[in-house]
Amino acid sequence: MTRLFPHPLLSLALVAVWLLLNSFSLGHLILGTVVATLAARAFAAVEPERVKLRRPMALVKLFFIVGADIIRSNIAVAVLILTRGRHGLRHSAFVEIPLRLRHPAPLSLLAMIVTATPGTAWVDYDEETGILLLHVFDMVDTADWKTLIRDRYEELLLESFP
Amino acid sequence: MSAMIMTFALSYAQIALALAACLAGWRLLYGPRAQDRVLGMDTFYVTAMLLFVVTGIRVGSPFFFEAAMVIGVLGFVATVSLAKFLIRGEVIE
Amino acid sequence: MSWMETLPAWVAIPVALFLMLGATLTLLGTVGLVQLKSFYDRLHAPTLGTSWGAAGILLASMLLVSWTEGRAVLHELVIGIFLMITTPVTLMFLGRAALHRDRIEGTPGIPGAVERSDIPAPPGDALADPADAPGES
Repeated sequence: MTRLFPHPLLSLALVAVWLLLNSFSLGHLILGTVVATLAARAFAAVEPERVKLRRPMALVKLFFIVGADIIRSNIAVAVLILTRGRHGLRHSAFVEIPLRLRHPAPLSLLAMIVTATPGTAWVDYDEETGILLLHVFDMVDTADWKTLIRDRYEELLLESFP
Repeated sequence: MSAMIMTFALSYAQIALALAACLAGWRLLYGPRAQDRVLGMDTFYVTAMLLFVVTGIRVGSPFFFEAAMVIGVLGFVATVSLAKFLIRGEVIE
Repeated sequence: MSWMETLPAWVAIPVALFLMLGATLTLLGTVGLVQLKSFYDRLHAPTLGTSWGAAGILLASMLLVSWTEGRAVLHELVIGIFLMITTPVTLMFLGRAALHRDRIEGTPGIPGAVERSDIPAPPGDALADPADAPGES
């Protein structure tokens, strides 16, 4: 079974995308399954490192938190652009944040969250020291951003990935 | 009534997106440094993709959607390879 | 445009609102791209277009096409997921590229390198051309 379907979640996702792009029918389901199985086997040939999820519920919670944050920061950045940065009072800055995450999968998730949220940009990450260099659009207090990243996002990511 | 609302919203979205593409194009042409130009090009690709989706709604043809997907993929590959070029000065190592 | 005549108002109004929201946010993002002064500030501007700008337009398209076809048409989701995955990659790459070039040129106001082998230590004595930077294998 695992030899035939080495990455079941990837295969399922590929079948879902195939059915989204074409209309749903029995023929497309079979064709999509064949393509997904072959693609998953090709993916297994690359031998990627397996990612283990410990608590998926924490990820669902994170998803809703990030969704709300994206809406909030969209409004904030749009207002800042409209008012020309509080009429010249806004200033941006770099923040260095030491991260506890080391595994590449949760790190890339964190990168997606930080970049998808307007107002923060992931600039650089150093693998050896684990320090993330973040650029913040509207800097008020450096400590605020450290607690935001570490307590709001990183905590849940540490919880959901072993 | 709803035809009027939709015509207005679609025209507004098309004009706004076209204007957005022009502004991104301005950054692409005049951006003082290379990274500004690449950022302008990335934004240009995204707005062009969204403009295609809106035009697809207006015309009612599914082919605009496919074109939008191709634009998205091309924009991603182009931006990544240009950014790679900016880091190293060469694309293939 | 035959579908416009039969469209009920409770579909038309949310679709129109989502369309206008998405287009406005994308436009504001590009206004920021032109207006802002430094490159790292401009790096934030396009995320407006790729987060809720794109989401608004794709949601509007999804609602409308699902109504006119009479079944759930969700293929706009594919574009949404694709944008969500690729935007961080391109912006991270661009940010790193800009940082790398600024460090080599010794631009003031840029945080120094966390000690790494592929970035020259003192910014002054490296050659200004990034193609000649050390660390190429």
